[in-house]
Amino acid sequence: MTPAARPAARRITALVGSVALVLAAAGCGGGEGSASATGKVTSITALDYYTDAREHAQWSERLTACGRTAGVTVEHRSVPGASLVPKVLQQASSRTLPDLLMLDNPDVQQIAQTGALTPLDRYGIDTSGFDKGVLSAGTYKGKVYGLAPTVSTIALFYNKDMLSEAGVTVPRTWDELERAAARLTRPGRYGMAVDANATFEGTWQFLPFLWSNGGDEGRLDTPQAAQALQLWVDLVKSGSMSKSVLNWTQADVHDQFVAGKTAMMLNGPWRISEMAESRNLHWGVAPIPVRSQGQTLVTPLGGEVWTVPRNPSEARREKAARVLACLNDPTHMLAVAKQYFTVPSRTAVASRYTEQVPAMRAFVKSVAQARARTGELGVGWPRAATGIYTAVQAALTGEQTPQEALRHAQQIATGS
Amino acid sequence: MKDGAEDKAAPGRGRAAVRARLWEPIARWMFLAPAVAYLLLFFGYPIVENIVMSFQQYTTTTFYTGAAPFVGLRNYTGILSSDLFARALPTTVLFTAGSLAGQFVLGLALALFFHRRFPLGRVLRSLLLLPWLLPLVVSATTWRWMLDTDTGVVNHTLRGLHLLSSGVPWLTGTSQALASVTVVNIWVGIPFNTAILYGGLQDIPAHLYEAAKLDGAGPLTSFRRITWPLLRPVAGVVLVLGVVYTLKVLDIILIVTGGGPADATETIATRSYELSFQQFEFGRGAALGNVLVVISLLFAVVHLRANRRALEAGSTGP
Repeated sequence: MTPAARPAARRITALVGSVALVLAAAGCGGGEGSASATGKVTSITALDYYTDAREHAQWSERLTACGRTAGVTVEHRSVPGASLVPKVLQQASSRTLPDLLMLDNPDVQQIAQTGALTPLDRYGIDTSGFDKGVLSAGTYKGKVYGLAPTVSTIALFYNKDMLSEAGVTVPRTWDELERAAARLTRPGRYGMAVDANATFEGTWQFLPFLWSNGGDEGRLDTPQAAQALQLWVDLVKSGSMSKSVLNWTQADVHDQFVAGKTAMMLNGPWRISEMAESRNLHWGVAPIPVRSQGQTLVTPLGGEVWTVPRNPSEARREKAARVLACLNDPTHMLAVAKQYFTVPSRTAVASRYTEQVPAMRAFVKSVAQARARTGELGVGWPRAATGIYTAVQAALTGEQTPQEALRHAQQIATGS
Repeated sequence: MKDGAEDKAAPGRGRAAVRARLWEPIARWMFLAPAVAYLLLFFGYPIVENIVMSFQQYTTTTFYTGAAPFVGLRNYTGILSSDLFARALPTTVLFTAGSLAGQFVLGLALALFFHRRFPLGRVLRSLLLLPWLLPLVVSATTWRWMLDTDTGVVNHTLRGLHLLSSGVPWLTGTSQALASVTVVNIWVGIPFNTAILYGGLQDIPAHLYEAAKLDGAGPLTSFRRITWPLLRPVAGVVLVLGVVYTLKVLDIILIVTGGGPADATETIATRSYELSFQQFEFGRGAALGNVLVVISLLFAVVHLRANRRALEAGSTGP
């Protein structure tokens, strides 16, 4: 899941986080810890980015419940999404890392590389039965460092009323998508909306088109990638998609959709609870269209991974690992999935989930084919991701053709 | 000298005088110490740290291991030869020059306007400070909404006045975006310029204008012959401070355009921020930051020089 905060707020929290980071680089920071005098661990700390009041409370409850099974209380703290990694780096340098740490899955390998995390195998945590994609996101140099209770991905949301009014069926291929978007476009309304922001979020939304068409982040200047980028360019050029997509976040795209200013959008299931609140909005979810029928849809895998940082106290780490295992057991997995409309990351649990919540079928199907962003390039992913959003921006503004833009993206990705 | 005279008059107090003479430099240093300590701790230390960092390969791993290999000038050569820098430099220059010109001209015009006394003048003048009082996050976010191509109030108004049929891509056109963030920055900077220039205007003796009026000078002549020459030192300060403030502008650009579209509004400051805090390449980010500091420093030196010259000219005058 990608954090849903507004861009301004995110950028500012990032700024604030950065200041803290500068202080951290200078080696400031106090110690904390709460092992009781007898050496028995009675409480551990947990850090995540669930700052939304309701979400924070729900996770506190869950952590408390899992802490009880491990015989500890859990001090739960949340920081805004954009400042989580800076915060973690700061804590790493001052040796004040929490006992239990949540990370967005593409960040895990980078943090694992620093040596601040511990592999989970030493705690005897069972990692079998997990979806391959989510396991690869939490794996660094052959060892699993983190597990996500649930995963998610993006799909095509559409406004049922607008589609039936225009006599359009849900598009399954790119051609159908372009035709449908054109027919759904009216004065004051666009047919389609995506997030083409110059951020990793923009990259994340482009990936289904790139990957499903046989494109690859390891080699960006390919005809397959150019075709995918051309689709987005055509949608903007034909006026079916606003040029403002260059500046929209996923939250903005969602706002456009709810306000009826776009008939279709790309977004994730974490919007569902909010959309369910607007009565007049009749929406549906479908897999993202592929270029030609028969192609397999490959979407990027979203989801937050829980890890155990490398703290000096072995006893505390053991406790944290037990809480982590509890969060990832089938019962909690299912509960989390139902709460946030995400998909359980154990395949067996996921199929049980589909039976109980049929509305999530499109997502469960997509997630089974989903790929972790860091699965192929590992710590090299941020460079490739930067290349991708740079190319998207250059092509959509008309600065460069898709081919030129992707050649440049490849240069950024390889650092030349 | 006075001490010496006292020594002779009262020899018994000689030792006290000696002690006082010894004590004096110590006291002087003690007065200085808090300021020096503050400067060293909060300015000296970060700058030194930043310079050291710019010669290191400082990555996320460094935070945990503390190991940051020395790479010499590699960060600097890498940064300065990259096409990102080649694009960010002219953008920075355009942004700074455009912001300064707009802020100064409009600020001066408003200062002149409010210099004349009229009903509600003081109230209006304090209202003018509003952009300065608003948190930048709030004003920049509002600007972002206002400038939206499809739903923004700016395009809505232009369409309503039949000045254009389709929307201007204020934030999504590569050539328009830089102009848009410059306009936003001008808006933010006007209160500062007006306030300082207004202060400068207050310092010009009113009798000069009266004399000029008696000599038959019109408003234009008295501006050229009295206001502008006497305002020049203040104007110099405003402009130099403006350069330094504008070079480091980060928040406005990050919020309004995020450096986009297609890097069109990416300045040296935003690049440096991105390198350090988004791509976590702290060494290169620090190097680029230092380049910015050096550019700012050049203007600060110009400012100090000009100030000294103005002081000297003032003290040798009648």
